[in-house]
Amino acid sequence: MRKPLLNLLLPAAAGVAFLGCWQGVHLSLSEDSRFLLPSPGAVGQAMLDHRATLLRATLNTAEGALAGFGLAVVVSTVISILLALSPWVRRAFYPYLMALQMTPLPVLAPICVIWVGAGLKSVALLTFVISFFPLVVNTTQGLISTDRNLVELFQLYGARPWQKLLLLRAPAALPYFFTGLRIAATIAPIGAVVADMNAGTSAGDGGGLGFQAVIFASQARYAALFATAATTCLLGFALNAVVLLVSWLCLRHWHDSYERTDR
Amino acid sequence: MAALNPVELRDVAKSYGDGPPVLTGVNLAARPGDLVALIGPSGCGKSTLLRLVAGLNPVSAGRLTVNGRTPGEAADELAFVFQEATLLPWLTVAQNVEVPLRLRGVPAEERAEARRKVLELVRLTDRAQAYPRQLSGGQKMRVSLARALIVSPKIILLDEPFGALDEMTREHLNEELLGIRQATGWTAFFVTHSVAEAVFLSNRIVVMAANPGRVHAEIAVPLPYPRTPETRVSRAYLDLVAQVSRVLRSVEDSAGPFAP
Repeated sequence: MRKPLLNLLLPAAAGVAFLGCWQGVHLSLSEDSRFLLPSPGAVGQAMLDHRATLLRATLNTAEGALAGFGLAVVVSTVISILLALSPWVRRAFYPYLMALQMTPLPVLAPICVIWVGAGLKSVALLTFVISFFPLVVNTTQGLISTDRNLVELFQLYGARPWQKLLLLRAPAALPYFFTGLRIAATIAPIGAVVADMNAGTSAGDGGGLGFQAVIFASQARYAALFATAATTCLLGFALNAVVLLVSWLCLRHWHDSYERTDR
Repeated sequence: MAALNPVELRDVAKSYGDGPPVLTGVNLAARPGDLVALIGPSGCGKSTLLRLVAGLNPVSAGRLTVNGRTPGEAADELAFVFQEATLLPWLTVAQNVEVPLRLRGVPAEERAEARRKVLELVRLTDRAQAYPRQLSGGQKMRVSLARALIVSPKIILLDEPFGALDEMTREHLNEELLGIRQATGWTAFFVTHSVAEAVFLSNRIVVMAANPGRVHAEIAVPLPYPRTPETRVSRAYLDLVAQVSRVLRSVEDSAGPFAP
């Protein structure tokens, strides 16, 4: 029972130390340059003061991020299955998948705006683009890394191609898929925020966190800007927590990355 | 008409692509109920021979029949036990054992019935809901064996199944294997590196030579079944172990000290 307690206490202590250092640096600055690093208290206060705005922006960003992320999971899974079919297919299409990842979001953003208009749709589309690559690379790798003996076992018992995929290759690829999912869940909110900075709009129900950050910066409300950054961070943590939970539920019984519960 | 030999090889040769022959001129027949041990130096093609019989690889030349048919046609009469347990780690013991039947579309109730029987045979009924990583090496191999038995095979091919286990576990499993065979009566090919294991299990030992892989000698093992721990200390058993060891050494010496 001591270990779970320690697991909570250690990050908590590190967090307190971090806030202490932050406050220390803030105080060490001269009065007229303290705006460069608002105190943790001021940032907390800004979070409270702007809670309605930040909540609305968070929900908007979350909506775009989740839509793009979800779409990336579905599309990358389908593409991975196709890529896993043969090394020739992989050789033909890999460079183009990489090209997608090589193009920076701020360059893609205006293109997306031309295609689907500014706002949520663009944010979702750009989040899709940035989440897609780690998912497709990991899932494909998982699908082609099935233990050869297991493949032969299935062959021996006359497995059909769909049985090989559903009962063997897919479950064997799950740990790889979740690795991709964890990377994607980390960068999806970042992608959504950057997309929002470049393709966000105040039209309709207003922009997301990226758009809000641009506004706070232009208004020189630095504590609010830091509060926006912290909120973005929380959103990323939330998405990661969900992915970790699903991963744990799927792999805890059998994968070596989770401790044995009995023997 | 004489009864069909379960497995028959006539002038069988195997090579991969343009490579040198892995097996050449293999003539071998297993009679019903035979337990044939294949033994020989590394690279003599004993595992390849087993894979040919299983239909995992095609023969390059010659004729290979399983109950008069090609290995592919006779797939439902064959079972294969790999060197490693080769279990699906995400499935429980019960689910793993049922895999062959599931792939053949056998209904769940029938599968469960068959699974209960084979798990009882390998004495793992109480571990049915465990995951492979919760099992010891010996238990994993018994699950693998149960999975082979569930298809009620007429011929079982075992590729060094107990090679990775400690001596005690291996001896226990050998005795269990013979006990199960007593009850079910299949024909088996058994690849092993251990002379003692070959003598204890089989009624015929095929000693193979390498470069290229071929049958060097065949030695009959006239020890009566059932064989027990007492068999291991009997004069006849020890003499046979010595005899097979001598033949094996002569094969290894003739291949030269640096042969693979």
